[in-house]
Amino acid sequence: MQLILEKRAQASRLMHFASPLLAITLTVLLGGVVFAAMGQPPLTALYIYFIDPLTNLWSIEEVLVKAAPLVLIGVGLSVTFRANVWNIGAEGQLTAGAILGAIIPIFFAEWQSPLAFVAMLALGMLGGALLAAIPAFLKIRFGVNEILTSLMLVYIAQLLLDWLVRGPWKDPHGYNFPKSVAFDGWHLIPMFGDGRVHLGLIIALVTALILYWVMHRTIKGFEVRVIGNAPRAGAFAGFSQTKMVWFCFLLSGGLAGLAGIIEVAGPIGQLQPNISPNYGFTAIIVAFLGRLNPIGVIFAGLLLAISYIGGEGVQIELGISDKTAQVFQGMLLFFILMCDTLIHYRVRLLKAKGGAQ
Amino acid sequence: MSSTSSVENSPQVLLEVRALTKKFGDFAANQSIDLVLEAGKTHALLGENGAGKSTLVKMIYGALQPTAGSIIWQGQELKIDNPATARELGIGMVFQHFSLFEALTVAENISLALPPQLRTHDLEERIATLSKDYGLPLNPHALVADLSVGERQRIEIVRCLLQEPRLLIMDEPTAVLTPQEADALFATLNRLTQEGCAVLYISHRLEEVKQLCHDATILRHGEVVAQLDPQEETASTLAQHMVGSSVHEVRRHDSHEAGEVLLQLLNLKQASDTPFGVDLIDINLQVRSGEIVAIAGVAGNGQGELFAAISGEQTNKDFDAVIIQDVSCGQLGINGRRQLDTAFVPEERNGHGAVGDFSLTENILLSRHAVTDGDVPVHKGWAGINQAELSRINSHVAQTYDVRSASVDAEAGSLSGGNLQKFVVGRELDRQPKVLVINQPTWGVDAGAAALIRQALIDLSRQGSAILVISQDLDEIFELADRIAVISRGQLSEAHAASEMTREEIGLLMSGAHEKPTNTASEGGH
Repeated sequence: MQLILEKRAQASRLMHFASPLLAITLTVLLGGVVFAAMGQPPLTALYIYFIDPLTNLWSIEEVLVKAAPLVLIGVGLSVTFRANVWNIGAEGQLTAGAILGAIIPIFFAEWQSPLAFVAMLALGMLGGALLAAIPAFLKIRFGVNEILTSLMLVYIAQLLLDWLVRGPWKDPHGYNFPKSVAFDGWHLIPMFGDGRVHLGLIIALVTALILYWVMHRTIKGFEVRVIGNAPRAGAFAGFSQTKMVWFCFLLSGGLAGLAGIIEVAGPIGQLQPNISPNYGFTAIIVAFLGRLNPIGVIFAGLLLAISYIGGEGVQIELGISDKTAQVFQGMLLFFILMCDTLIHYRVRLLKAKGGAQ
Repeated sequence: MSSTSSVENSPQVLLEVRALTKKFGDFAANQSIDLVLEAGKTHALLGENGAGKSTLVKMIYGALQPTAGSIIWQGQELKIDNPATARELGIGMVFQHFSLFEALTVAENISLALPPQLRTHDLEERIATLSKDYGLPLNPHALVADLSVGERQRIEIVRCLLQEPRLLIMDEPTAVLTPQEADALFATLNRLTQEGCAVLYISHRLEEVKQLCHDATILRHGEVVAQLDPQEETASTLAQHMVGSSVHEVRRHDSHEAGEVLLQLLNLKQASDTPFGVDLIDINLQVRSGEIVAIAGVAGNGQGELFAAISGEQTNKDFDAVIIQDVSCGQLGINGRRQLDTAFVPEERNGHGAVGDFSLTENILLSRHAVTDGDVPVHKGWAGINQAELSRINSHVAQTYDVRSASVDAEAGSLSGGNLQKFVVGRELDRQPKVLVINQPTWGVDAGAAALIRQALIDLSRQGSAILVISQDLDEIFELADRIAVISRGQLSEAHAASEMTREEIGLLMSGAHEKPTNTASEGGH
């Protein structure tokens, strides 16, 4: 007996959509095993992890708050990955956006108007796009692999932020805590009701809808898909590979930067050394789980947001490390990549039989 | 239809296939095929694209597993689990689509496919010697990415020969060879059969089947429709068996006058951007309204580079290097040139001329998003894609050029080679362009589709368009061309009237008779 992978005559449409569901199922099953291995009752733990966050209003709100940046970054990455451009540094671009956008509340604190808020968002996008422009330039000019450069720039951006909030941008009245001044008035994102859900969620959803439309109804989206799928056909269509690299990095970098400034102007309210629980990296999983489709990314973003809240839940109720969330996210990415094999291949059982001799 | 019952006892029978069936879902690609291959004989396998030839040989080679039926090798029924098993038995195969690693060299690719005991340190030397012996010269150190289709095929042939096969399966081996090279290959194959090797030879070229093969099996819709002796048939009776009806002859409307120059190349020079590519050297050519000019040449002599330079996929600093309808467009990109009422069809249909994973309407958009031709635009900038117009064009192309697909808007990759080629050509001809540049119009396409495409090209030229055909198929060139030029190592000969050219003259030009001495001096640089 032998298990073999046999190439399908045509890519399976069913598996294209079933693969993420299968991956989620496998993640839950293996998650149960992990909980059991840690000496916890697996069913209870899974309930706390995946269901509990959806059972009361405050945690649902918290899921939405976490989903906003994941969706916003994830849709940018979904376009980028479609074009076969690999921006792995969204976490750094998020940080750069937060830094540049924070210039307004820190240095122009008295400029209070809706325009100031718009300027913050614009600077945030600019910051992310500028940082993303570095790997784009290096790839085009010198052929440097963008996966490495974009990833390494994450640490540079994070250390820059660390230095700023411990040094020049530290709040002089902040009892020496490594934090900037607290943002105020129009420098904070508008909230809904008295909860924590903010305008960022709307921005993320609208961006996803726009990008869905761009990808499937406009020539620009067509260009992205052609270049990602068959570069030579892209040249035949008259599309420029170089411009596509710029487009992808500026778009995904800009959106990551926007997510960064929204985080510091929203849930956090000031600059501090840690502004993101790895949203930029988790968004990579979001993009793949969402089938590199902006609408799919919305659902994937919600699911990954649950994994953050669930991770906090098991920490509080069962005393398990909140790193569990990262374990679950890692398993999910692993399984989704594994299950995607089934789109192009089928598994077959081969009965061993006397071969050649 | 199985007329092969008495051969079991014959000692020369090398391989026998009985009632072999292969199903993909409900679709039977092969239905109860019987086939007998004898040592020392060349057996032709004929059929249109999609007739099931590739499926059959892949089962013999172990790349596919049959649904039912048996394979008997030297009197012993066995199962060929994978190509490695087949190679151990002594079955070698040269595929139509090569599976080579582009980033590796010729020698590295061959080494990967060989069993360990053959991976000796003098492998590169053996490749060079063997390939030279068989008239298939190869540089073992060249990167595959830089080689043409024809040269890549040589790698596959040489790889098989290194293993001294008992049965050699060849899938359309001469499609990319010159007449001289093909003759050399036939000599090779004859030598192999004299040494006792069996050859299973798949081809569309009926003349060469008649010349080379001892037996023939003809497939249609996955079934054997005839098993016969090709020597006793004519090319046209063979073709009738293949397509099930008589093949439409290409009609030439002779008496016509070539008009004004619509496409001109003026001292076109272009250095290759890869180390093993071909530099184009001082190319001059005029194509006039109402005529078809063909460029003959062996694969890898700069045809791909020339196509890229004319189409604008590769722009040129010199404005006047390419002049289309009196507009100097050296620096114009491919869409700028398309807007000058010009259309292009590249050699590779899958991945260059079309995207296999995309629907046919999306593939219409691929080459027509920048041109309107006075019609409704297929997209309006950010206002979106005009799906209705794309569908209209698609059904028109499908109807006019007989593109057959499972559904009207199927994925391009699901079409057979011939139908996809008809689509790719039809998509451009549908615009009725004033200038058409087409590279290998009928490569790997069945006889019916090839005749349709060639007729469409002739009809377009007689309506006053200028057509440039780049082809390695001399039959095709003589069928189509008013004038013929030959490309060799990036240099183009003068174009002469087709009626004044012979195959021998073209063969001489292909081997570089027209090249200027300056080039031979720099030959070491290639």
